[in-house]
Amino acid sequence: MSAPTPEELHDVRLHVNGSVHEVHVPARRLLSDALRHDCGLTGTHVGCEHGVCGACTVLVDGRPVRSCLMLAVSAVDSEITTVEGLTEADGSLSPVQQAFSDCHGLQCGFCTPGFLTAITAGLEENPDPTEDEAREMVAGNLCRCTGYQNIVKSVLRAAEIQAEAGQERS
Amino acid sequence: MTTKLFGAKVPRVEDQRFLRGQGRYVDDLLTDDPRLLHAAVLRSPHAHARIVDIDVSDVLDLDGVVAVWTWDDLTGPMAEPLPLLIPHPTLTHGRTQYALARDEVNYVGEAIAFVVAVDRYVAEDAVARIRVDYEHLEPVVGIDAARAARRTVHDDVPDNVGARMEQENGDARAAIAAAPHTLTLDLDIERSACTPMEGRGTVARWDPDTSRLTVWSSTQTSTGVRGCVAAKLELDLAKVDVITPDVGGGFGVKVVHPWPEELLVPLAAKTLGRPVKYTEDRREHFISSAHERAQQHHVEVGFDDDGRVLGLDVEFWHDHGAYTPYGLIVPIITSTQLLGPYKPQNYRVAFESLYTNTVIVTPYRGAGRPQGCFVMERTMDAIAAYLGKDRTEVRSTNFIQPDEFPYEHGLVFQDGRELTYDSGDYPASLAKLKELVGWDEFEEFRAEMAAQGRKVGIGLACYVEGTGVGPYEGAHVHIETSGKVKVATGLTTQGQGHQTAFAQIVADTLGVRFEDVEITTGDTRKMPYAVGTFASRAAVMSGSAIHLAALRAKEKALRIAAEALEASEDDLEIADGVVSVKGTDASIDLGTVAVLSNPLRYAFDEASKAATQFSVGDPGKPPVAEDDEPGLEGKDFYSPPRSTFANGMHAVIVETDPDTAEITILKYAVVHDCGHLINPMIVEGQIHGGVAQGVGGALYERMAYDESGQLLNASFMDFLMPYVTEVPTSIDIDHLETPSPLNPLGIKGAGEAGVIPSAAVFAAAIEDAEGFPITAMPISPSELFELRLAHADEPHPTSPSLGS
Repeated sequence: MSAPTPEELHDVRLHVNGSVHEVHVPARRLLSDALRHDCGLTGTHVGCEHGVCGACTVLVDGRPVRSCLMLAVSAVDSEITTVEGLTEADGSLSPVQQAFSDCHGLQCGFCTPGFLTAITAGLEENPDPTEDEAREMVAGNLCRCTGYQNIVKSVLRAAEIQAEAGQERS
Repeated sequence: MTTKLFGAKVPRVEDQRFLRGQGRYVDDLLTDDPRLLHAAVLRSPHAHARIVDIDVSDVLDLDGVVAVWTWDDLTGPMAEPLPLLIPHPTLTHGRTQYALARDEVNYVGEAIAFVVAVDRYVAEDAVARIRVDYEHLEPVVGIDAARAARRTVHDDVPDNVGARMEQENGDARAAIAAAPHTLTLDLDIERSACTPMEGRGTVARWDPDTSRLTVWSSTQTSTGVRGCVAAKLELDLAKVDVITPDVGGGFGVKVVHPWPEELLVPLAAKTLGRPVKYTEDRREHFISSAHERAQQHHVEVGFDDDGRVLGLDVEFWHDHGAYTPYGLIVPIITSTQLLGPYKPQNYRVAFESLYTNTVIVTPYRGAGRPQGCFVMERTMDAIAAYLGKDRTEVRSTNFIQPDEFPYEHGLVFQDGRELTYDSGDYPASLAKLKELVGWDEFEEFRAEMAAQGRKVGIGLACYVEGTGVGPYEGAHVHIETSGKVKVATGLTTQGQGHQTAFAQIVADTLGVRFEDVEITTGDTRKMPYAVGTFASRAAVMSGSAIHLAALRAKEKALRIAAEALEASEDDLEIADGVVSVKGTDASIDLGTVAVLSNPLRYAFDEASKAATQFSVGDPGKPPVAEDDEPGLEGKDFYSPPRSTFANGMHAVIVETDPDTAEITILKYAVVHDCGHLINPMIVEGQIHGGVAQGVGGALYERMAYDESGQLLNASFMDFLMPYVTEVPTSIDIDHLETPSPLNPLGIKGAGEAGVIPSAAVFAAAIEDAEGFPITAMPISPSELFELRLAHADEPHPTSPSLGS
């Protein structure tokens, strides 16, 4: 077996949570790995690396995407939001984050970032979900600790918090 | 007065960091260290083979590869087999693997070579360039093949039998022979696994300046890992620190140690002088961590006209995989916890623990109890069916009664202690469960549904769970001069909310604000004496130890405060971190008491000025009395004589589709008794999670090995772990709080409860819906469909057994 040629590296500019990260990565670098290891944003977790568990879900231009199924080089022109970017500007928890705390929607916390990002996008699309719709919203993410009971409650609670905040603003 | 926090639904303090993406799991560590190296492992693609040759010559050509190890490169204790963690006299043929396979591989996934490179991608490229020459051997896959023993896993283990163990109380066979009625059942359970969302992982850093090794591992036992790393790397224990950071779920698999990588990562870090990280990927978790559950059982039972069990004789065969690093814990638990809340007059149990060419078997949440519960509850249902009695009535007849505690079974439990239940009220639990699920109204519901052409069934299952096994846990409580309370206990945390629940105990015991308490777990630098987090033991063991340590700190605080306030200790109370003389204004902050507890030579801030030698103390006496120590601290250990026994009962109503045999859960009810609850919110969360895992184990999850020992479903695509769409839409929970007399807080463990009765309760409900016996779990719709076809011609298929 001959020695392979060294990998070509690409300069990639990633826009994450409102900041620009210049990273120098091979073409095969997964977005999940680039976020975690090159940008130092370790809040995004990798649970399966085959796109099934949803732990690595981030928002790419507002839409939930499994960052283990996307290459960093293909995320160049996108606005990426990770769990670290969900927190409000003043440092307080977002409605979805707060709801998870209120409802005990997490235990070990490993799958949680993927749920938070997915639900954030879901509530953007449907701010007032029924219980069935709430269940549907999290039906693509795996959790081994909570049995999902309190995650469904968290979705409904998040919608409630958002609605209350909306009323206060208007 | 401080509000009592014990028993309150206090929101979890750990949530703040988890929700902000600021948790620190093992793969998050040292990510900004440019010297960090990454490891990947070459794993056997064959279930059974001899290694003829390993050629790594192509590996080091690869840009970015730093080192590669095979067994030939290991020396000293590292070249010896991994430890057999829990030896047992009946484990006559225990075998463990090498950190890297020596000359034989015994399961697909066994580690053969270890590559360290600049990143994981390159390390995996390198692994693909290693060439191994194998001589194939026939594999032993599944319990039938292991029992038949036409070939063996290990040349020196005849008939694949690692252990044979038998226990008996009374004379079961004679009692059965003399009983008015007897039944025989054969019951099977398949393999499943913990599959925490975070797999295994280890990071190590060798510090040449201090000659110290720091290891971070996603483990359920920091002290266990520390002992193994020190022994295998021939380092003094004092030179090794093991820290368990945030852990993304454990469920049992992470109590096994040392994993090969848990030794190879520290070895590489020390050898290379650079930090090294290994993070298991999902496929690796399926093929190189651990599984559980697979057992075959043969039951003979003799009973009277009331359904009272007079004799119970159980033989079973336990598939322990290729090696036995965790001893016989799982089958011993099955053999003892099978008894549940019942008191068979005579009981004999015997098992064989068998080798197969598959992944090792070690405890998975429930740890042998789900199988035991399945066996006992299927037996109870069979007796009820045979006698035409209500299933709850037969159970009631066999319950241990509340006035019979402590109840001695006359057997030895998994901890080597007598199997003696401490407390419980099973009739009360059953009454609650019947009410909660609507047991007595079910026949009306069944008729209603039948009128609509729908088929429903109801089942229940009861269990008793030994929780809080020893030997001990300890705690250290330190009140700082700021009044903040720093608490360390050595066992680890993988999602149970220990930082919250333990802080609740400290706040109450010491009389301080919850916010001022900080709990550290799983750090051998802070608490080097500990066992680990498994067997629903953390609340009982560390909770009790923390309570005792806080009492010691309180005792000292009161002594010092009494002197300072010139009052009697009996007249003092502590609330919100302030010691005061009851009924007066005289008071002193705990922080100030901490200052007074530590006579100083040097002042470094305002508070410490008050403690310097010209400010305090009697010049005629030593600054620290002979029987005293400086500092406001308390340390204690809790070591109970035996386990506490929690219990519970589950009931489920299922609907089975007449055409597709799809199984739908209509109602799920849980009655749970784990003594006093520290934080009911956390306990309910544990139950929710256990029930979901149980649903997975009963209806979806299995390890699909083919006859050559390849695991066909080693991914989350194919191993059907439940999503939200598979779990009950709600779980009705009711608690009973029968305190344990064995510990100061009256608590019992809750971690495994939710998962124990699942196979039993679903089998019962499906059997009730279908009218033919369910004797093997998990069950899929297609299997249920096959069973329907097989039983189509039976006239009255109600009795699930042969009987006489």
